[in-house]
Amino acid sequence: MNIIAADAVPASVEAENTLQIANDADLAEIAASGALEGVARVELQFPKFTDGRAYSQALLLRRRYKFAGDIRATGDVLIDQLVHMHRSGFSSAVLAPGVDASAAQRQFERFSAFYQGDVLEPRPLFAREAA
Amino acid sequence: MYQYTDFDRQFVTLRAQQFRDQLERWQRGELTDEQMLPLRLQNGWYIQRYAPMARIAVPYGEISSLQLRTLGHIAREYDRPTSELLAHAQATQDELEAAQPGATLAAAPLKYGYGHFTTRTNVQFNWIPITRAADVMDLLASVSMHGIQTSGNDIRNITCDALEGIAEDGIVDCRPFAEITRQWSSLHPEFSYLPRKFKIAFNGAKEDRAAIGWYDIGLQALKNDAGEVGFTVKVGGGMGRTPIIGSVVREFLPWAELLNYIEAIVRVYNGYGRRDNKWKARIKILVKSEGQAFITAVEKEYRDIVELDGAPHRITQAELDRVTSHFVVPELKPANLPSKVDPQGQLYQRWLAQNVRGHRLPGMKTVTLSFKRLGFAPGDADADTLDALAQLAEQFSASEARLTHEQNLLLPWVFESDLPALYEAARKLGLAQPNIGLLTDMIACPGGDFCSLANARSLHIAEAVTERYQDLDELFDLGPIDLHMSGCINSCGHHHSGHIGILGVDKDGKEWYQITLGGADGSQLSGPAIGGKVVGPSFTAAEVPGVIEAILDTYRALRQPGELFIDALRRIGHDPFKQAANAARHAKAEEAVH
Repeated sequence: MNIIAADAVPASVEAENTLQIANDADLAEIAASGALEGVARVELQFPKFTDGRAYSQALLLRRRYKFAGDIRATGDVLIDQLVHMHRSGFSSAVLAPGVDASAAQRQFERFSAFYQGDVLEPRPLFAREAA
Repeated sequence: MYQYTDFDRQFVTLRAQQFRDQLERWQRGELTDEQMLPLRLQNGWYIQRYAPMARIAVPYGEISSLQLRTLGHIAREYDRPTSELLAHAQATQDELEAAQPGATLAAAPLKYGYGHFTTRTNVQFNWIPITRAADVMDLLASVSMHGIQTSGNDIRNITCDALEGIAEDGIVDCRPFAEITRQWSSLHPEFSYLPRKFKIAFNGAKEDRAAIGWYDIGLQALKNDAGEVGFTVKVGGGMGRTPIIGSVVREFLPWAELLNYIEAIVRVYNGYGRRDNKWKARIKILVKSEGQAFITAVEKEYRDIVELDGAPHRITQAELDRVTSHFVVPELKPANLPSKVDPQGQLYQRWLAQNVRGHRLPGMKTVTLSFKRLGFAPGDADADTLDALAQLAEQFSASEARLTHEQNLLLPWVFESDLPALYEAARKLGLAQPNIGLLTDMIACPGGDFCSLANARSLHIAEAVTERYQDLDELFDLGPIDLHMSGCINSCGHHHSGHIGILGVDKDGKEWYQITLGGADGSQLSGPAIGGKVVGPSFTAAEVPGVIEAILDTYRALRQPGELFIDALRRIGHDPFKQAANAARHAKAEEAVH
């Protein structure tokens, strides 16, 4: 996962082929309208880190709508939610201003596996162990 | 009970390490209080009135002797305030009492060094310093225990009927399904920041003993005509400020689809549940406001999970078999200890009638140890008692016990021939009151003695009612009655579902109590789940015991021969009970506080 410090992103420059999706937007409608075609990056919003709607959006973009570009977390993005984001399908995250990234990497190394399936490994543990 | 795999053990250990890392970063100032809040809540750590509270998960209530001893050790060594903190806390509580002359009840001094059994089969400690929190989590992990998702806006500790797998009226043992669901929900990447907490309960017997109508998702196991196992799915039940009973969204969900369907429900909730108002954020509000549109959305999401996503969490027969095989029936041996109990003695006979129940295995019984006793808050067990329970379970119940929804401890594997010796041992520990299901077997939250959310104290009322109804002849004459008490509208003491409910409310910094009548948890005795109705303006603490007495005296005056309290209340209607309750007000107490 590409973890980006807040001050490393020029605020004024909008990346090309980037689609920003609000966390209350209906993904099925967006996908059906063809709006995802040609998009290199989708930015999903965390207005507060406790607002978890974008996790579902990222997961559906990957699993159901087969979006293969970058999915970027923006807004109130903190260290302790990065693993959840990565597992839900986010491939990059811009940390909230003032968040020190030094504690981030070890969060990814802690758990070797999880019970439920996710975007990185769709099969739950039981299906993996049975295989 | 469930036997942990190596993976399960490692998972809990790593979770404890993660919590230590988070705690240390918070202590160094790298995480703000606000950022730390959900992280500690998702590990069961609250900050309460005077100290942190740790809520430890006991899935399905099942606990081993080894785990009970560890809880005893934590109670003894860690559940300890400094003398300054205790003195400050006691002085503050004393001021609260002194500010309400004539309107309150004498409260016992604050206690420490014990665990508290909750209605959702968690164990809580009230005095562990936050600086020792990580050590406690390591200690718990060493015996496969944790506080994962016992709080926070996530999928909480999953509960079941306490008699799952041993009930005489059992249809399906739900524990394997609950465990599969627990594993699926643990550290769920998508569902760890929901609009609000989310509680799931299973019931596998004919009688609903898990109050599933009151849950965000309530699952009733059943078999169809072909003998296949499935679940009736209820969604949107809950207590709190807006008590609502769950609606049936599926009459028969095949068991293999359990996770796919729950995923659909939680995803719709995550997308559409309200986040602008804490009091309207539970799924019950969404279900109530959207009605059929909610069900339609869930069914569509479920179809998409199956048809478009490939149903990745469909449960296989192999997985069900694997998890089922981890719920081993332990090796059963009678204790064969001598006893001097008179088998015809009245006390012993009453204990048999109230505290001992049938078992699916011939020659076996389940025995409930009563944690409703004078001098102790409902559900409290001190360190010595926890140690003694460990030994009792070893001697009489294959080293296993179960916490119950009613805040007692049940021994699931007792030989009928061992009952006299067990009775004698339980009596020595003060745990053989024959009051299970009776008035004094009340449910109560810790209330304003400890909880920072509470509007009023509950424990001094519990104590006063317990003291008033010590006469067993009277208690038995009153028969089965559910008395439930919460110190605030968050309803941890389930007041909505009590035949008699007591709710603490705050008016101008003083403690008041609303009394409700006619609530039901969904059990056979109580009938279909329903919230109680308020009898009138609230009462002072000093009035509450007299109000309860007035209600019960009305019952005794108006009942038909053999008629139970809840049945009489429903037949007669609330009016005479209300009048009696309101007539029990103290005119002087009203004046004193205004």
